[in-house]
Amino acid sequence: MSSTIKSPWLIHYDASSCNGCDIEVLACLTPMYDVERFGIINTGNPKHADIFLVTGSVNERNISVVRQIYEQMLEPKVVIACGICACSGGIFKECYNTLGGVDVAIPVDVYAPGCAVRPEAIIDAVVCGLGVLEEKRAALAAGELPPAELPELPTAADKQLDGVSVRDAAAAELHAEIRDE
Amino acid sequence: MTWQSFLLALLGFGLLGPVVGCLLAGIDRKLTARLQNRVGPPLLQPYYDVRKLLAKDQVQVNRYQGFYVALALGFAIAAGVLFFAGGNFLLVAFIVTLSSLFFIVAAYSTRSPYAELGAEREIVQVMSYEPMVLLACVAFFIGSGSFNTIQVLTLDKPLVATLPLVFIGLVFILTIKLRKSPFDLSYSHHAHQELVKGISTEMSGRTLAMVEIMHWYETVLFLGWVALFLAWGSWLGAVVAVVGVLLVYFLEVLIDNTYARVKWQLMLKASWIVTFVCVLLNLFAYEWLSRLVSSLVTG
Repeated sequence: MSSTIKSPWLIHYDASSCNGCDIEVLACLTPMYDVERFGIINTGNPKHADIFLVTGSVNERNISVVRQIYEQMLEPKVVIACGICACSGGIFKECYNTLGGVDVAIPVDVYAPGCAVRPEAIIDAVVCGLGVLEEKRAALAAGELPPAELPELPTAADKQLDGVSVRDAAAAELHAEIRDE
Repeated sequence: MTWQSFLLALLGFGLLGPVVGCLLAGIDRKLTARLQNRVGPPLLQPYYDVRKLLAKDQVQVNRYQGFYVALALGFAIAAGVLFFAGGNFLLVAFIVTLSSLFFIVAAYSTRSPYAELGAEREIVQVMSYEPMVLLACVAFFIGSGSFNTIQVLTLDKPLVATLPLVFIGLVFILTIKLRKSPFDLSYSHHAHQELVKGISTEMSGRTLAMVEIMHWYETVLFLGWVALFLAWGSWLGAVVAVVGVLLVYFLEVLIDNTYARVKWQLMLKASWIVTFVCVLLNLFAYEWLSRLVSSLVTG
């Protein structure tokens, strides 16, 4: 067992969360859950962090921030989407201003659903992420870790709903209504 | 200082220094966790952290930062070796300052606003503790008759007996030197949040590992300064020094956990006031008493 998985340092970013999941993330640091048992530290600095915890869905305003934090982190690094909004966009998925889950901005390694995500689920996701972290560390040591590829930037017009963009679906519905009348 | 003692200090401090420093850092984190009613990380957590940092991808902001941090680490080790070899205390103080200056230059070289803010705060910290460090050297000279730390072995009672206020002043600025609350302005360990991460914001991977190792060396060196005022030339003196140092370290951890960070103005004022009041009172009282004693003896 290497030291990498004994000292995972976190950075936590609130994309557009309602703060429910953020409070649960901070609850993990309290004496009740005490994630420092596993050597986990909340650093607040992407250059020191190994694990990127994102809460909330991604929108036009913060997608560049999420991508920049991810790019500033050094390999090996792992991304954990905390809460259903970060996983898929949640109940905000079809909002005009929401692009979707964190995976529209950066590659996600572990999904931890829940509304709000339970501290136990966060700790479970981090422990699960440690396996990925160790794999990446071994790949990096062997010089076989491919550079992380970011997904293509989506726009609101690209928002897909069962293969049709939201705007197209709304237009088709309107047309159908007009035709029926 | 003979070459044998230099060689012994080079091996002893060079190899055992980081081991002791790492264990002290582990004890610190464990104690902190217990004081907060948490279980806390394993004792060897600081070691795992450094191993992890060494395994990270090596990316540098520029070509100079790593070089400056390496110089800071090198001078910290040099100061420790000189100190434990029984060398000149004043020279040790200057070399340690040089080490902190290289650390500051390393942060400035990145041109990052957050690192620069941390560097500026570090400069204020240096300004706060430096008078006390220099006056502690002077007090050591007055108390023992030499600047060489080896002189402590010729004493028949500890310096703290004649220089108690100087000792208190030294312990006061030790909080700044060990980067503990309320004086951890430029950078702190644990889960405290800052303006990103203060002076170490742009340091990562191997560079950050060097900073951590430098802290281990520095902790041992600074606790050595405390021991210098507690020890005298007998085995009992050595035992008292070790126990005293551990008590002082516990006190620092306790203070770290019970005080919030202060503003830099308060840190500067408090440390200068404590320094000058403690040192001047103590040295005047010491001079007056020794004259009184000599006049009684001769008269």
